[in-house]
Amino acid sequence: MNQPIARLFMVTIVLFGALAVMTSWWTVVRADELNAATQNTREVLRGLKVRRGLIRDADGGVIARSVREENGVYSRRYPQGAIFGHPVGYSRASVGQTELERFRNEPLIGKKDSITTVFDQLTGKQADGQDVITHLDPEAQKQAIDAIARAGKSGSVVAMDPQTGAVQVMASVPGYDPNTVVDQKSFSALATDEARKPLVNRALQFGEAPGSTMKVVTAAAAIDSGEYDLDSQVDGKNNAVISGVPLKNNFNESFGSIDLVGALAKSVNTVFARVAEDLGKETMRKYMRRFGFEQKPQLDYPEDAMSASGEYRNGKLIPVTSRFVDVGRMGIGQDKLSVTTMQMAQVAAAIANEGTLMKPRLTDRIVDRDGRTAEKIEPEVQSKVVSKESAAAVRTMMEAVVERGTLTAAQIPGVQVAGKTGTAETQLGDTINDVWFIAFAPSRDPRVAIAVNVQDVPGFGGEIAAPIAKDVMTTLLRKGN
Amino acid sequence: MSARTRELFALIPAALLVTAGFLAVFLSQDALSGVGGQNDLGDLSLTYGGIFLGLCVVVHLVLRARLGQADPYLFPLVAVLACFGLVMIYRIDDELARQQAQWFVIGLGLFTATIVGLRDYRVLERYRYLIAISGILLLILPRAFAPENGAYLSIRLGSLSVQPAEFAKIAIVIFLASYLRDTRQVLVLGARRFLFITLPPLKHFGPVLAIWGAAMLLLFFIQDIGSSIMFYGGFLAILYVATNRLSFPVIGLTLFGAGSWLLYQVRPTIENRVMAWRDPFDPDLYDKVGGSYQLANSLYAQADGGVLGQGFGQALLETPDGAAVLPAPQTDFVYAVIVNELGLAGGVALLLVYLLVVQRGFKIAMLARDSFSKLLAAGLTSVFALQVFVIIGGVTKLIPLTGVTLPFVSYGGSSIMANFILLALLLLVSDRARRSV
Repeated sequence: MNQPIARLFMVTIVLFGALAVMTSWWTVVRADELNAATQNTREVLRGLKVRRGLIRDADGGVIARSVREENGVYSRRYPQGAIFGHPVGYSRASVGQTELERFRNEPLIGKKDSITTVFDQLTGKQADGQDVITHLDPEAQKQAIDAIARAGKSGSVVAMDPQTGAVQVMASVPGYDPNTVVDQKSFSALATDEARKPLVNRALQFGEAPGSTMKVVTAAAAIDSGEYDLDSQVDGKNNAVISGVPLKNNFNESFGSIDLVGALAKSVNTVFARVAEDLGKETMRKYMRRFGFEQKPQLDYPEDAMSASGEYRNGKLIPVTSRFVDVGRMGIGQDKLSVTTMQMAQVAAAIANEGTLMKPRLTDRIVDRDGRTAEKIEPEVQSKVVSKESAAAVRTMMEAVVERGTLTAAQIPGVQVAGKTGTAETQLGDTINDVWFIAFAPSRDPRVAIAVNVQDVPGFGGEIAAPIAKDVMTTLLRKGN
Repeated sequence: MSARTRELFALIPAALLVTAGFLAVFLSQDALSGVGGQNDLGDLSLTYGGIFLGLCVVVHLVLRARLGQADPYLFPLVAVLACFGLVMIYRIDDELARQQAQWFVIGLGLFTATIVGLRDYRVLERYRYLIAISGILLLILPRAFAPENGAYLSIRLGSLSVQPAEFAKIAIVIFLASYLRDTRQVLVLGARRFLFITLPPLKHFGPVLAIWGAAMLLLFFIQDIGSSIMFYGGFLAILYVATNRLSFPVIGLTLFGAGSWLLYQVRPTIENRVMAWRDPFDPDLYDKVGGSYQLANSLYAQADGGVLGQGFGQALLETPDGAAVLPAPQTDFVYAVIVNELGLAGGVALLLVYLLVVQRGFKIAMLARDSFSKLLAAGLTSVFALQVFVIIGGVTKLIPLTGVTLPFVSYGGSSIMANFILLALLLLVSDRARRSV
């Protein structure tokens, strides 16, 4: 009878082994997936008992702080109200976390590795959230929000330091006050407001056609590829046939042979459409990808809450090399382009920073409760877009736009500004446009690069978007001193 | 070194474990509530460890006097399990832990009583039909009381809740071991081959089928699926050991498959369990009453633990409002809490301790010299191993979840008392087997 007993023991070993395998399956293989599941409330519930860290603006002002309620649970307050609804977001037990609150959740709740946790327990140290210090400038942010609201119903502004990628302004209108998002009901009210879409961060989601600001990208590709230089003459006659269809210039103005500097200053559509066609889809795609197109921004922000900029067909991103792309019209910011304000700010920043694109970032550093810096987010290069010389040439063209194009609305006294306007027609008719302006200043030692987008307004980029950019840049440059 | 001296030394790690465990729980509760005075608590955990060690030494002395030759490792292993369970339950609810400690004292009392009162366990054979019938009566009993959670699992005596199935399993194993000792030869020799399948002769197999069938039928009516699996598995294990015919358990498992399928068709509670088992994360099932919330949260709790766990006292069991995040943490889902707090490492360590208990049990069966002892030890050990498998398998989604206790670890008086009796019987068999004739 001993043989069957021994076999029974073997069976037991196999069965218990299966139990160990299943335990490993849940604790190791599928752990990350389960921990992140929305049904799993552990992370949020645990966060309630921790004093979540502060989020501060660049001036040291408090954007978000946690207050202990009577029942020992912490809740979040946003002293600056709607100003930083985007891009800071909110953190609530009932509706979760969004935007920067979500991306920086781990330091904010003081999550550390398990060894540190054990050590803290032994020394009786309480788990405590760390503070997140951002680059966001409250004055310029408020100015941007107010200016968009005055100019139109919706739009966004992104301003950053081109040399470091530090995002100083990220304004999206209409916004919301995160103090009002307290439960599922108040959240639904905002989330279902289809007319205003206040929870959408327009700087990062649902791009628009960038209009003529895209010509900066085409110009950079033209010069850096070696096919063109500043003096290259291109035929700028009206109604040139691009992809089989005649293309109009603004006000149907016809130009003869014109150099690229003049063509950008006068924003001649036919010139840049010809250039883009001549360069071809491969070359255009190569440079667009270096600028950050066709991918999500490398921003410290939840990836699923950002859109990639590029050509879209039936709601899906398609490569520039696709046969559905009209490369000529794409080169002047039309076709099926959908581009975020963040992406256009990066275009300005890359040219400003001598052709090198820095990774954008909202966070400057993470600080523990005692004020010690726990983590400094250092500037990082995202890509080398064009050579120093090519960047200088494009800069010259953009300076000419502001000076020779007599774009007085963008001129700052005593500071040289380089920029480009854009006006994209909407489906609402010929007079209602999406207007753009991208710029950087001072153009020879840039401290700020900016993109402004205002939607559905009767007017042009130079009239509506440029003054907003000028005001915000003036504020940032003054404070930067 | 004699067996008993080895046993005494083996108890020391158990006592250290209970001390360290209580210390860790006290420290973490201390850290959470933010009060000082850790020295007092340190003393208190030493006291708990001391009391536990004292009890174990008393039982050890009884063993030394009565069962000098019995297996020296079984009792310390169970002590490790018991103190581990006590610490976990203390961490969940200190009032429950106090009750559990009382159950341990009663359990150890029953253990001692069994050892002292049943010097020659072979007298059990004489009363096998009496034992079998009382086992079945125990299973009928809950039917007379109101059901709890849709199943007739327990009977209430005042504030106490007794689960008779825990005791019935021992009674049925004793009956099967005793009956099969007599008839195992005939079962093998009288077997007929029918359609390439070897079938035992009905004349001798009948009583087994009757007793065991009655038990299964009752379990079907009291809707205790977990216990049915234990009974069935234990039956097949004893039958296999008695006959050494692989075809018997194979036929048994086939019948079990068919039976389960039939049951699945007629019983909605079982269908719910199986649906929840197949996709516990399905949002509809998750929110449904009697759906997959429990199982899904058991898995979330384990994922939360990871490799090394969140630490003693760190598992999140309820919301600030007091609503349960992980239901029944002290009974059905105690393993999920253990993995949450001690991680994969803690879970596997616990499994290893159980495996060692099972190994000692089967070793006792192999050393035993007479058939009844062999069958009894093998049967009791199989039922014990199956109980561990059924509940941990359910909690880790290896098999559909059915509620049975985790022996010596889960909260519950019946489980502790019954398993201490089971342990006493194993040690009685062991002592007899190891004595030189």
